Amino acid sequence: MPDNNSSVPIRSDVDIVSARQKGRELAAECGFEIGDQTVIAAAISEIARNILMYAKRGEIRFRGLADGDRQGMVVVAEDQGPGIRDVSLALQDGFSTSGGLGLGLPGAKRLMDEFEVVSEVGRGTTITMKKWIRRGHA
Amino acid sequence: MEVPILKQGDYLIASIQSALTDADLSQLREALVERVGRFRSRGVIVDVTALDVMDSFAVRTLRDIAHMARLRGAETVIVGIQPEVAFAMVQLGLTLKGIATALDLEEGLNFLNRRGKERVDRA
Ligand SMILES: Nc1ncnc2c1ncn2[C@@H]1O[C@H](COP(=O)(O)OP(=O)(O)O)[C@@H](O)[C@H]1O
Ligand SMILES: [Mg+2]
Repeated sequence: MPDNNSSVPIRSDVDIVSARQKGRELAAECGFEIGDQTVIAAAISEIARNILMYAKRGEIRFRGLADGDRQGMVVVAEDQGPGIRDVSLALQDGFSTSGGLGLGLPGAKRLMDEFEVVSEVGRGTTITMKKWIRRGHA
Repeated sequence: MEVPILKQGDYLIASIQSALTDADLSQLREALVERVGRFRSRGVIVDVTALDVMDSFAVRTLRDIAHMARLRGAETVIVGIQPEVAFAMVQLGLTLKGIATALDLEEGLNFLNRRGKERVDRA
């Protein structure tokens, strides 16, 4: 497993593309197949877009994971923005405070294997999401 | 990165060459809608083969393009959605409902030609 550790600051729409591309590269290095690389990149794109839209700025970090004989990748998205008042509501399909599609958070959760939101109003939001390489694959 | 838009007869063909930022996607929407009016185009093909990811912004923009083009008399076909991109879209819950899609450029052109013929036959 590569001990590659990278972070991408999110401040503009260009950074959304950089974040998902860096995430895809690391996913490839970790041994994810193209399908899961795209899944991880899509989840990063949604979470990065939320940082830009709701918190204006933040950071996305990723790193390869090894847990026993499991291998995977963790993505952490952190901002010091307004926070999410009701996380379980925000995780429902179609819920949006910005007239959006409301699919970013629930969609990213479906794409990843583990998904945790820690948010405090007025303090910010941290999303930690993990994907594991499925057994039976290289 | 600007998306090149080719005019081919009654059709406009936009071939996305790489990953696009939100600003690039919005710019593509403006350019296509403007050109549909300027050239009185009957069809628009957006080739997304090179798109790395279709997230909610990309899907929303493509839907907007299709709806705006239709209001101006042109049918839109999205071509080249890669299988892994399609899989991630479905998991995200994103749909292109009401918008024509085709496997590749050739199929997209066939679709528009059939549509054009139906229009003539009805007239
Ligand atoms: N980083 C964030 N900071 C503050 N609020 C957020 C953040 N991410 C998501 N939200 C809140 O959760 C809601 C749902 O997010 P999402 O599912 O991505 O849908 P959308 O962005 O289309 O509204 C948002 O409308 C917003 O209120
Ligand atoms: Mg969102």
